[in-house]
Amino acid sequence: MPVSINEIYEIINKEAQGDGSLIAALEEIQERYSYLPAEALILASERLGVPLSQAYSVATFYNAFSLKPKGKHCLHVCMGTACHVRGSPQVLDRLESKLGIKAGETTRDHLFTLETVNCLGACALGPIVVTDGEYSGQMTTVKADRLLKTILQAGSEE
Amino acid sequence: MVTLTSPALLDNLRVKLADSYKPDRPCVTVCGGTGCRVYGSEKVWEAFRKELATQKVDAKLSMDVKVTGCHGFCEKGPLVVIRPQGVFYARVKIEDVPEIVSETILGGKLIDRLVYSDPQSGEKIAHEEDVPFYKNQYRLILNLNGDLDPLQIDEYIARGGYGSLEKVLTQMSPDAVIAEIKASGLRGRGGAGFSTGIKWELCQKNVKKTGKGYIVCNADEGDPGAYMDRSIMEGNPHRVIEGMAIGAFAMGVHQGYVYIRNEYPLAVKHLRYAIDQARAYNLLGKDILGSGYEFDIAIKLGSGAFVCGEETALIASIEGRVGEPRPRPPYPAESGLWGKPTNINNVKSWASVPIIIDKGAAWYAGIGTENSKGTMIFSIVGKINNTGLVEVPMGITLRKLIYDIGGGIPNGKKIKAAQLGGPSGGCLPAEHLDVPIDYASLTELGAIMGSGGLVIADEDTCMVDFARYFMHFTQEESCGKCVPCRIGTKAMLSTLERICAGDGQPGDIDYLLELAETIKSSSLCALGQTAPNPVLTTLRYFRDEYEAHINEKRCPARVCKGLITYSIIPEKCEGCMVCLRNCTSSAISGEKQKPHAIDPKMCSRCGVCINLCKFDAITVN
Repeated sequence: MPVSINEIYEIINKEAQGDGSLIAALEEIQERYSYLPAEALILASERLGVPLSQAYSVATFYNAFSLKPKGKHCLHVCMGTACHVRGSPQVLDRLESKLGIKAGETTRDHLFTLETVNCLGACALGPIVVTDGEYSGQMTTVKADRLLKTILQAGSEE
Repeated sequence: MVTLTSPALLDNLRVKLADSYKPDRPCVTVCGGTGCRVYGSEKVWEAFRKELATQKVDAKLSMDVKVTGCHGFCEKGPLVVIRPQGVFYARVKIEDVPEIVSETILGGKLIDRLVYSDPQSGEKIAHEEDVPFYKNQYRLILNLNGDLDPLQIDEYIARGGYGSLEKVLTQMSPDAVIAEIKASGLRGRGGAGFSTGIKWELCQKNVKKTGKGYIVCNADEGDPGAYMDRSIMEGNPHRVIEGMAIGAFAMGVHQGYVYIRNEYPLAVKHLRYAIDQARAYNLLGKDILGSGYEFDIAIKLGSGAFVCGEETALIASIEGRVGEPRPRPPYPAESGLWGKPTNINNVKSWASVPIIIDKGAAWYAGIGTENSKGTMIFSIVGKINNTGLVEVPMGITLRKLIYDIGGGIPNGKKIKAAQLGGPSGGCLPAEHLDVPIDYASLTELGAIMGSGGLVIADEDTCMVDFARYFMHFTQEESCGKCVPCRIGTKAMLSTLERICAGDGQPGDIDYLLELAETIKSSSLCALGQTAPNPVLTTLRYFRDEYEAHINEKRCPARVCKGLITYSIIPEKCEGCMVCLRNCTSSAISGEKQKPHAIDPKMCSRCGVCINLCKFDAITVN
């Protein structure tokens, strides 16, 4: 998605409501582009009167922010305690080896980003993998393979 | 919507609404909590709406479909309860809906395959109130969760909602409210367990001095395996709002914040909606119920940092900064948000307030034990039959919680440990299951009440790996501000990783203990001060497992990859080639219809072959 300076500026203006607006503005931009373009940090720092160093520290401190563009599909493996005891590390291992990336990385073709998340609170269904917002429960390594296959097939039919 | 400019108007509205929201009016309630939605409950309630129309039920029974908050019994979702009879169906699929409508709703007959069967006794139980999971609970905060449409403020009002706020504004002084909360014995439900009344009193005193202050609802529920705060906000957001409004009045505060996790989109949506509805009715805003009292609530989204559950880090985050804690004192009650006195309470604490005001402090203090009053909500997860949210009086034993309500351990396995209080908590072994759950008893055993996460581990759980898991969690979430936590947790984690990989050395246990003591005593905030607890308690109760890893290079639970090997039992292997074809490390060799073999040097111990083998031919040694 191309970065539009005007759009970023609009988002920052909308969120600029007194003290403490920085995080809300960055959240909106992250939501829009699935990452924080460098331009966004510079604009936010200028418009909100926050030093760029502070904008950068906020952007790198919180897990919700990313400075790199994400892949077309985002896979989140829940690493909460319940999922852990039910085998989420094996599921993550499998996805890592199938995609050839580590958690937190994006494949070179920008098709997949693999991430972990600390508990989604759907513990009865653990291990959970969320694909582009869609939850899949009671995952196993075998089901993880099938999940990737389904996404790839859906992609090739588009 | 009418603007409620006086208490009398609220009373009138409640009377007017009573008829349309009778508790016994016929309806199908479908659980709309996050858990059940994952199971597909959205499609189930849509199917009910369609089917009730198709079979023309409305003309005969005037029956509604109500999407409620989380019922708590997440294991069995999607959950459906047919009221007023209370017929309870679990794991309902869209295909079941036409039959439920024709047989149960119209025909009054039960559908056997959907009736809940108790995993302990095998007994079939048709009604919600008889299911042991519910029967043995004491649902005070969660009482309306399975019953109320969280998007309907009217229904909450019809059930007496905002009555406590009305009572406070019309009949009580701020001091009287604080005295009531103090007398109730309510202790902060976020983990620390500090007296809520005393905290309010301190804040009130400082607000009087400085003329301004804030209250915050801490909904940054970060403990993995705990999701009760989310369920309260999803299922009954108005009770949290009402509790905050009462607290604001008591402390003389006019602005409140809810700091809520970004990972809880449904809770955020419901809370936003509820705040708007409350404003429209004048239950939040400038002149609440014509009392002249002003209070409003804003939502602040957390951005995924566990440390922001710590109150000073949370304040920094609301102020738009990096969520790093700062030394206390000054406590937030003196200098909090933007330097003003601030009172921060957990979601459960705020939700308890309207109940205490309604029923009275003495009534509330009658529940629980000498030092721990009221109820506590636990999320029982892990190796347990009935995963879910349960609310019980303080002082109940772990055994009752795990077996009577939780339904015991699946697959006939034995319980090894119960982990309480998340990454700051501790693991209690099976021999302590009869200990009463209260603040003091748990602390004595090395665990904490925390925010109510209860993870059950069975004989297949490796306690060293379990401790490593928690240490990995806290190490990643350590904000890095203070040295003991930043470097200490890293040192503990690498030692644990070494032990799990089979490279443990004599002296490792002493080294872990020494690190733990240093981190506990010298970290800046509770995250660091409690980070070693999972290691300390597993060392206290499961030292033999550590010793087996270090001295015998053996993982008794057969979990740690560096200490196990996979092999194929030739007698059982049918030579079907399934494992061979799916092995990512190409470690399996063999021919069709002849026993295969695993090369331990190439095997990555990913477990795929075990999952796939239909003949139980693969073992772990």
